[in-house]
Amino acid sequence: MSDSAFLGMPAFPAAARAATGDAQLRHNLRKATHTIRDKRASVVGELDDWPVLRAAGAAIKDRTLRHLDTYLVRLEESVRAAGGTVHWAADAAEANRIVTGLVQATGETEVVKVKSMATQEIELNEALAEAGITAFETDLAELIVQLGDDHPSHILVPAIHRNRAEIREIFLRTMRDWGVPAPDDLTDDPRALAEAARVHLREKFLRAKVGVSGANFAVADTGTMVVLESEGNGRMCLTLPETLISVVGIEKIVPTWSDLEVFLQLLPRSSTGERMNPYTSTWTGVTPGDGPQDFHLVLLDNGRTDVLADTVGRQALRCIRCSACLNICPVYERAGGHAYGSVYPGPIGAILTPQLRGTSSELDASLPYASSLCGACYEVCPVAIDIPEVLVHLREQVVDGPGHRAEKAAMAAAGWVLDDEKRLGAAQRAASGARGLVPHTLPGPGSAWTDTRDVPEIPAESFRQWWRRRNKGRDKGGAE
Amino acid sequence: MSGSRETVLAKVRAALADVDPAERAEDVAVPRGYARSHDMGDPVAVFVDRLVDYKALVRQVAAAELPGEVAAALERRGAERIVAPADLPAAWTADVGTGTALVPDDGLGVRELDTADGVLTGCAAAVAETGTIVCDGGAAQGRRAITLVPDYHLCVVRAEQIVGGVPEAVARLDPARPLTWISGPSATSDIELDRVEGVHGPRTLEVIIVGA
Ligand code: SF4
Repeated sequence: MSDSAFLGMPAFPAAARAATGDAQLRHNLRKATHTIRDKRASVVGELDDWPVLRAAGAAIKDRTLRHLDTYLVRLEESVRAAGGTVHWAADAAEANRIVTGLVQATGETEVVKVKSMATQEIELNEALAEAGITAFETDLAELIVQLGDDHPSHILVPAIHRNRAEIREIFLRTMRDWGVPAPDDLTDDPRALAEAARVHLREKFLRAKVGVSGANFAVADTGTMVVLESEGNGRMCLTLPETLISVVGIEKIVPTWSDLEVFLQLLPRSSTGERMNPYTSTWTGVTPGDGPQDFHLVLLDNGRTDVLADTVGRQALRCIRCSACLNICPVYERAGGHAYGSVYPGPIGAILTPQLRGTSSELDASLPYASSLCGACYEVCPVAIDIPEVLVHLREQVVDGPGHRAEKAAMAAAGWVLDDEKRLGAAQRAASGARGLVPHTLPGPGSAWTDTRDVPEIPAESFRQWWRRRNKGRDKGGAE
Repeated sequence: MSGSRETVLAKVRAALADVDPAERAEDVAVPRGYARSHDMGDPVAVFVDRLVDYKALVRQVAAAELPGEVAAALERRGAERIVAPADLPAAWTADVGTGTALVPDDGLGVRELDTADGVLTGCAAAVAETGTIVCDGGAAQGRRAITLVPDYHLCVVRAEQIVGGVPEAVARLDPARPLTWISGPSATSDIELDRVEGVHGPRTLEVIIVGA
């Protein structure tokens, strides 16, 4: 292999290697992911009907996706009927143009934001900044990322890679540049750090005229938006401004109001490991005398229809962004979120990013290989996305696709996952643990569902077996 | 202005070419055999347990004791100005002492809400299994901002408003109303995934359960 392999080194293995060597980062990640894993297991174990809820969640999302055109039109009608305005954005640029135009129409130059994956994906803050509009992130972890001029590394806890001492340092150094400074005697007690964030953001909430959010769910038959959160920053952004703009991926729809009875159980228990998150807000259009009187819903495609078109990969659109698959993943735990080069890290990112962006870049071609195929992600996924199945499917596409470059990138990532004996050992231990737990048919009433379709199986083949089969007689090469 | 409506819909339809045009959404079966509520014991007791777990303050009283308990809670808190929705039942505050002024919400500005010492409301429903109170802007609740900006929320829950599980609550609620599901005081787990109570929403949630 030529040296050029090193020049064009794909981001996953390169970044993963750097992260693995960062002891602080590894410590932070390990501590955090193990804490949340245990909490999740405990509150999930408390519900004896979890397998049925999981099957219901998957089926509701499948129903939505297979009839997405119908539900999109229904959602549009419902939101309009409730006094909201609906916009459609084919891609990130169009969504950013729409939101920028809406903010400019208010005459404001500041917006407060609730944490939203969709707006990170389209890089809305950067687009607003170019138009002279400042977007203030208000979720504590997003604030840490924004103040630290950093990138999110986790879906739920974007600053999971930072520990309390680092957060204290960031607050002391940068808060003054964005508004109310941190107190000089700030300690690294999480309580003190949360208090500093409260004081820093309070003024912004009270004067905000425009709020920008995403939504966890959008209910087609009622036009209701749903946002789950913990801190109350979401409520502030959704309630106090005069104008509210919500950017929502087209896959966030659920058909009916009563479908929320499933997801309001699946999501909090899978994500923060709580029986319920502290605050959930739902709103339907506008309510006279209560909250924003001007509501805009921006429906975002930005590659989602490409994912939808792939009958194997489509299931990735069921994702409710709980992050359970990140927290359980042995590769994520070692590589960290940044290695995935996208706002969607971890196992879900490894299947979603290459589908949203295609596999033409080395980084995106390498992502389907950022896994040992152990299957733990599938086991914890509350909507039963068979991530290993999609990974294998995408690998076939990368290998069969044109260009030696892409293939080499993929091999490099695979090499990273494979090469370290300890890493592999851990991955395989997790694998054998997870495999024994995966139900092939669902017990009780859920069996009605499994009668008509199989619960997808984790590939029996381990990564190493797959690798050997794919590469018989081929030199593993020097690109890592 | 609706942007690329037709483009997006056309791409969605093209992506679903594999779906039989005769298939209706209802043909995709959804298993509904999950529980409406889980058998976790007396709903009021479970609700109290969850609230305590969230570090909310909670008391149970008979109906006749409510005015006394409201007054006592406000006095313990040392609250001088308490926001109240315009339709708060007068009986609830009959015993409130002269040390606490009730400020009816007649469209208070956010600055006025921010300087109040707390808010007193009822709720629309509560969920035992998850320790959740739901406000819907209906009777004795007021608009969303009043339970958000003040730092202390005193909430009266009637025992018959408490259902067991989430599905039972969803069925009781009207999606046309703006809903706030409240499970304990505001909190964050963003620092090393350690839960810390008290960020932007009320840092203290106190619940009085009536008629348990
Ligand atoms: S893929 Fe599943 S487990 Fe991972 S974030 Fe999405 S819903 Fe959660």
